[in-house]
Amino acid sequence: MGKRSNEPFLWLLFSAGGVVAAMVVPIQLFLFGLAFPLGWLKGPSYENLLALASHPLARLYLFVVCMLALFHWAHRFRYTLYDGLQIKHLNELINTFCYGGAIVGSIAAAWLVWRFP
Amino acid sequence: MAAPTEYVPKTYRARMSTYWWLDRRPYLKFILRELSSVSVAWFVIFTLIQIRALKRGTDSYAAFEAWLQNPILIAVNLIALFFVIFHAITWFNLAPKAMAVRMGGKRVPNILIAGPNFVAWIVVSAVLAWLILR
Repeated sequence: MGKRSNEPFLWLLFSAGGVVAAMVVPIQLFLFGLAFPLGWLKGPSYENLLALASHPLARLYLFVVCMLALFHWAHRFRYTLYDGLQIKHLNELINTFCYGGAIVGSIAAAWLVWRFP
Repeated sequence: MAAPTEYVPKTYRARMSTYWWLDRRPYLKFILRELSSVSVAWFVIFTLIQIRALKRGTDSYAAFEAWLQNPILIAVNLIALFFVIFHAITWFNLAPKAMAVRMGGKRVPNILIAGPNFVAWIVVSAVLAWLILR
């Protein structure tokens, strides 16, 4: 029982990710996922979008949003499986899948925004 | 759980159905709220694919845009949008429950605590939309 729990830290990431996901995800998903493909709104040109995304602040933003949103998912999804399906005996596997997935995704995000052409 | 011995009594635990969350509406709402995290993860995957296509050049990005017009993708994004909005609303409404502020002996109405969250949501969404559409 002497081991210090890293639960508070994971919860902090979950919570920060929850705020980020609530604030910025709906509008971005609405625009890029529905409004532009369905022609409700005219999307930005390739050049404009590239210019916007390659700004250092935008790259930092994209990384932070992706990373926090992934840790939000990891924590919540872990407990969804835990409470919803009551598969406690698979705990280690689930933890590895969730937090491992979040770490791999964050590395992928960092690698993608690191350099722009 | 420890095996029952002379000193550790065997405890009785009622078995709960795997589908307990289908029993009542609040339970179902809870599990749907928790499952909204899957949509959040989908958004990240979507965004990473988009950044990759954007970096690869015009042709690659045009292919990405064509892929988004696939009815399956539209359906996935529609469902995901529903869930992320559900997440946002439940998340902002949680603030007054997590933070019971009292002023002059009375509890500050929930709307005064949740309200600024919703205002911030609208402002942030408007700024992002302006940046993307401008």
